[in-house]
Amino acid sequence: MVIYAGLQFENSCEVGVFSKLTNAYCLVAIGGSENFYSAFESELADVIPVVKTSIAGTRIIGRLCAGNKNGLLVPHNTTDQELQHLRNSLPDQVVVQRIEEKLSALGNCIACNDHVALTHTDLDKETEEIIADVLGVEVFRQTIAGNILVGSYCALSNRGGLVHPHTSIEDLDELSTLLQVPLVAGTINRGSEVIAAGMTVNDWMAFCGSDTTATELSVIESVFKLREAQPTAIVEEMRKSLIDSYV
Amino acid sequence: MSANMFLITRTQGTILCCKCRILMAPNPANMCVTCLRSEVDITEGLRKNVTIVHCPECDSYLKPPRTWLKAQLESKELLTYCVKRLETDLKKVRLVNAEFIWTEPHSKRVKVKLKVQKEVLNGVILEQSYVVEYVQQDQMCESCTRFQANPDQWVASVQLRQRVLHRRTFFYLEQVLLKHDAAAHAIKIKQRDQGIDFFFGNKSHALKFVGFLGEVSPTDKSKRSERLVSHDTKNNTYNYKYTFSVEISPICREDLICLPPRVAVSLGNLGPLVICTKVTNNITLLDPFTLRQCFLDKDQYWRYPFKSLLSSRQLVEYDVFNVEIVSPEYNVDSFKYVIADVEVARVTDYGKLFYVRTHLGHILKPGDRALGYDLYGVNLNDDDVDKYRDFILPEVILMKKSYEEKPHRKRGKPRPWKLKSLNIELDESRGRSNVEKMNVEYEEFLRDLEENPELRFNLSLYHNEDYQPSEMASDGEGVPFVPLEELFADLELTEEEYEEDGMEE
Repeated sequence: MVIYAGLQFENSCEVGVFSKLTNAYCLVAIGGSENFYSAFESELADVIPVVKTSIAGTRIIGRLCAGNKNGLLVPHNTTDQELQHLRNSLPDQVVVQRIEEKLSALGNCIACNDHVALTHTDLDKETEEIIADVLGVEVFRQTIAGNILVGSYCALSNRGGLVHPHTSIEDLDELSTLLQVPLVAGTINRGSEVIAAGMTVNDWMAFCGSDTTATELSVIESVFKLREAQPTAIVEEMRKSLIDSYV
Repeated sequence: MSANMFLITRTQGTILCCKCRILMAPNPANMCVTCLRSEVDITEGLRKNVTIVHCPECDSYLKPPRTWLKAQLESKELLTYCVKRLETDLKKVRLVNAEFIWTEPHSKRVKVKLKVQKEVLNGVILEQSYVVEYVQQDQMCESCTRFQANPDQWVASVQLRQRVLHRRTFFYLEQVLLKHDAAAHAIKIKQRDQGIDFFFGNKSHALKFVGFLGEVSPTDKSKRSERLVSHDTKNNTYNYKYTFSVEISPICREDLICLPPRVAVSLGNLGPLVICTKVTNNITLLDPFTLRQCFLDKDQYWRYPFKSLLSSRQLVEYDVFNVEIVSPEYNVDSFKYVIADVEVARVTDYGKLFYVRTHLGHILKPGDRALGYDLYGVNLNDDDVDKYRDFILPEVILMKKSYEEKPHRKRGKPRPWKLKSLNIELDESRGRSNVEKMNVEYEEFLRDLEENPELRFNLSLYHNEDYQPSEMASDGEGVPFVPLEELFADLELTEEEYEEDGMEE
């Protein structure tokens, strides 16, 4: 299944708060029942590592950390044990870095994919450099629909992005040019505007909260191009073109 | 590069409604209006069925616990009443509009469409209209029940009396009451010998009426009596019937009065013979020979009440032969008087000529006819006159000029103005001759109104639509008439006009 809708963490449909999904790994919060974890595990276990963790002793890990396939940034209040656990569980090419930053909810401040990142306008200069360094991305300070918490109001993958519904057309064009991906303004979880809190997405999978309507699911499916984006399908396409050129 | 501000235009994009997929502008709920409406019903907790109590006799509605509000169907008052009944409900939402939906008048249902606004979800204000049905329950209100049980039921009555032989004062009072709408609360008005009885449903109405009478006529301090009607032993409540007795002073306009010595002295030795010129709640007395005017407050009068010597019934017609002006024009209370010596004779007896002093020198000319009191021929039976030992009575006191000469002046002459009348029950027991007498008196009263503009001051005269001016164009100069400016146009609401208005809307 390319979109896993109907997900709930302890009766809350805010999936993006309690999980973080990238192309290389997936972080999941420690919850009361194992249903949340098993949903991710059933879909992703054979492709990427699914890691159960907490950050700074909390379960809202999706909003506290930011990362892509190159690295993971965690806030300054992450404990040493958590840091060590992450370093152990994640693949070696993923650099886990703790950064000293006043704005500690990095997930709310940074929206990134594997190539480009949008950040909170008041982020420190050093943090910006670390982001560019660790995540290997180009950093842009932006607002979305007048909101500075870009990380919460935008869900980004390498193939598309979903932003706050009140974003104007000019803003959409500008952001789309910066990010080099198609963007659409929409909602999640039955009209909620906080996109990144309601869902989590990578290049071939999306996980949405239980309140998401069919309309919203179709929008997500179309903008993130999830229709046939199984990892094997991509490889098959690539193989065909490779063989072509080889000959 | 330019110094002007560069303003970015922000055109709002469209998103898909999260439920039904139609394109819409984003709103705080991010759902289109129809989906929102289907989702949230802001009229959920509100009452849609209310019972209201209605009295079929007087068409009024009960405002618990005890007040009854009179209102027509589909009127503003009824709408306010219906909305007020839903007050507790409407505290939760904001009312934007309310209007009636037509129902059959005898279906006993009143339907009101209310438009309300409420904030739902995350800040979206939703507007929705819903219909409330009011079931009308019929129940007679207390006053109607009491009235049904005994139609003659009154709680307070005012007995107004004046001990004179004519009813001029009561005609005048009737017009004053109409103008000020003072008898609006009277259940019944009955005409009595030498007075009128007013019946009220409420003691306070009667008291207010007595107070009003005191302001327009010289009444004495009213006397009150009570009668116990019923007694509730459990509650210790008592029901009484109250009766107020009010007497108006017997002094009327154009009366000749001989003041008792005490009163004359208290008024500064006003000559014992005086004429009453005006009666409101004060009595105005004029000495015709010195042209001194005095006001008697009603309290002053009733402290030492006196009767008049001669009243206007006893006026006699005189022909004026000669007028010699003695004094310059005096201005007394906006009236001009000139003292003159005149030579008059009674119309019935030209043989005896009288040389008398009169105050009417400004209007009398030789050849005129005047009305006056014949003190020469009259037989007086008054204690007060006897008390003045050195006083010589004049033989004639002229009161006013008479316009009686015109032969075609008949009774019931059409006038360009008319008066309204109160709904007074006549006293049946007195017989037909009384009715004739009343008509004559009424005609004299109307003539009085024509002649005296100051009398008309307190009344409303209405334009008479049916008046045709008489064929005799020249009615003679000097005949008094009511100028057109003083007439009110009577308000007429005809059926056709009303319908036209409805169609225009």
